[in-house]
Amino acid sequence: MELQLRAGEVVALAGDNGAGKSTLIKVISGVGPADRGVIEWEGRPVHIKRPHDAQTLGIATVYQDLAMCDNLDIVGNLFLGREIDRVGVLDEVEMERRARELMRTLSIRIPDVRMPVAALSAGQRQAVAISRSLMGSPRVLLLDEPTAALGVEQTSHLLDLIEQVRDRGMAVLLISHNMGDIKAVADRVAVLRLGRNNGLFDVSTASQEQIISSITGAADNAVAHRTTGTEEAWP
Amino acid sequence: MSGSEPSRRVGPRGGIGAGTATPGRGPRTRGWHQSLKGYADDVRGRVRDGEHGPVSAILGLVVIWIVFQTLDSNFLSPRNLSNLSVDIVGTGLVAVGIVFVLLIGEIDLSVGSVSGLSGAVFAVLNVNYGLPEWIAVIVAVVSGAAVGALHGVFFARIGVPAFVVTLAGLLIWNGLTLYLLGASGTINIDQSGLVASLTSRYFGAHAAAYGLAGLGTAGYLLAAVRHRNRNRAAGMPFRPAGGIWLRGGVLAVLAFGAAYTLNQFQGLPLALLIFLVVLVVSDYVLRRTRYGRRVYALGGGPEAARRAGVGVERVRITMFMLSGTLAAVGGLFVASGLTSASPTTARAAGSGMLLINAIAAAVIGGTSLFGGRGSPWSVLLGVLVIGSIASGMTLLGIEDSIQFMITGGVLLAAVAADSLSRRTDRLRGGRPRAG
Repeated sequence: MELQLRAGEVVALAGDNGAGKSTLIKVISGVGPADRGVIEWEGRPVHIKRPHDAQTLGIATVYQDLAMCDNLDIVGNLFLGREIDRVGVLDEVEMERRARELMRTLSIRIPDVRMPVAALSAGQRQAVAISRSLMGSPRVLLLDEPTAALGVEQTSHLLDLIEQVRDRGMAVLLISHNMGDIKAVADRVAVLRLGRNNGLFDVSTASQEQIISSITGAADNAVAHRTTGTEEAWP
Repeated sequence: MSGSEPSRRVGPRGGIGAGTATPGRGPRTRGWHQSLKGYADDVRGRVRDGEHGPVSAILGLVVIWIVFQTLDSNFLSPRNLSNLSVDIVGTGLVAVGIVFVLLIGEIDLSVGSVSGLSGAVFAVLNVNYGLPEWIAVIVAVVSGAAVGALHGVFFARIGVPAFVVTLAGLLIWNGLTLYLLGASGTINIDQSGLVASLTSRYFGAHAAAYGLAGLGTAGYLLAAVRHRNRNRAAGMPFRPAGGIWLRGGVLAVLAFGAAYTLNQFQGLPLALLIFLVVLVVSDYVLRRTRYGRRVYALGGGPEAARRAGVGVERVRITMFMLSGTLAAVGGLFVASGLTSASPTTARAAGSGMLLINAIAAAVIGGTSLFGGRGSPWSVLLGVLVIGSIASGMTLLGIEDSIQFMITGGVLLAAVAADSLSRRTDRLRGGRPRAG
């Protein structure tokens, strides 16, 4: 399969269960490196063997499970693994200041950045997870099913957030099952089917039916398959 | 009893008292001008949310002291309280080690045996082989660290559950202790030596205890005010001055009250001083350093910590190492109190009384068995509760059999409370308190 991401663009990755969406994310984020194939970054081939490689390149990933430490507060989670310190002592004031700034620029509404993450709603957690991934000023953001656990209003906040990220000139790869989300925020949709490209659509021109039939493989599938199947069985 | 501040709740969880580090979320979100009311609300909120460790431990301690005082008027005498403050140190140090391991969500069942081993190693080297005391002390403590590191490697590298590794350790190190002592039986240590002085040395000058109390209070106030000023300078919400002075005042009353009591007897015990230093240092490391933050992170979500680049294996091994080291140091205090290392006490250590007291102390004070929640200061409270019960029962002449049952029951109650608070967490999917 093949997929291209451009800066300042949201590409949705759609596909049925088992189509290989999560595998692709794992390959790009370095969690599960590919056996074969080439990843090119700004035109030159790169090797992503572990999550660290992806981070150095500027690829940030928000996993479906968010991977947060419930017992730490928002500041603690945002800076986990990249704490700011002065001679070995955590600089809580500076971290809190930056956390507030980040929340403000992303217009994320959180009552207090010192709240433990366990106390946040699903939408707030998602927003914190995304803002955490933006901490290292990455160039590409991978989002794995970000809206799956969210309500209607939270989803719309999240889509706003994705647009903001895009407007900052980042490339976003959004895995989603939800046609509505894809229609709302994506510029292009890449459809995966059984581990292969099954179409690349421009969201503004393609119809929903086109995309869905590409996901399910309906065009060459449902009825067509049965007839061919029948023909093979009864020559 | 000592220079702590009971209402203090520390840790990245962001407690009331995170004091110098994390500005409390409670009072801050609840209105700045009503600091007193804010703190009261915060305590109520904590209890309601099941985060009642420190609060219920303080209440428990008050009840225990009142009950024993009515049964025996010697209980709250300066002499008994002073002895109590020395007796708790051995168990307390072991319990601080347990807190480190509990914070990453694991358990160390070997600490009782390791502390026995340390006492035996010291006694054999010093008395039987005539090595200088300081060398014997170093070897004893290093052997504790080595044993802990070994447990850590088996757990973190090989993947054996910590509970099984340390359970095996409990038996192995107890066996080794008996083997070491086997040839000579009970070894009496030098009554006037270094180790004996750990529990027998007192700083008689009144200035010592008062000075420590003053230092503690001033240190707290200084750190809190400095933090507040930095927050204010950065244009962020800051703790109201009233709250800082209130907390400082409570701390001062407790610290000076404890100092006064200790001075009524023999002054400031060296053991208590060492214990407090260990508490302050370990609390500081856990709360204020990058490393400590990662310990809490590991307890709160191992997978999240791993993905954030925390060296999970290394943190785990060092936590077990710390637990072994503190168990060894605690063992020296136990040996010091008995001025001997004997097969009888080694067997007693193997039977798990010290282990159970240490775990109970950590959990009663509010450190969770499920990881990521708690602080070394919880040990001070917990060990006071456990120590007070033991001391009171001894004073009343209650038999060991009854003491065992009561201590076991207290541990069970503390763990049950911890489990219940965890369940409330899960049911609510967190503990919203932003309102």
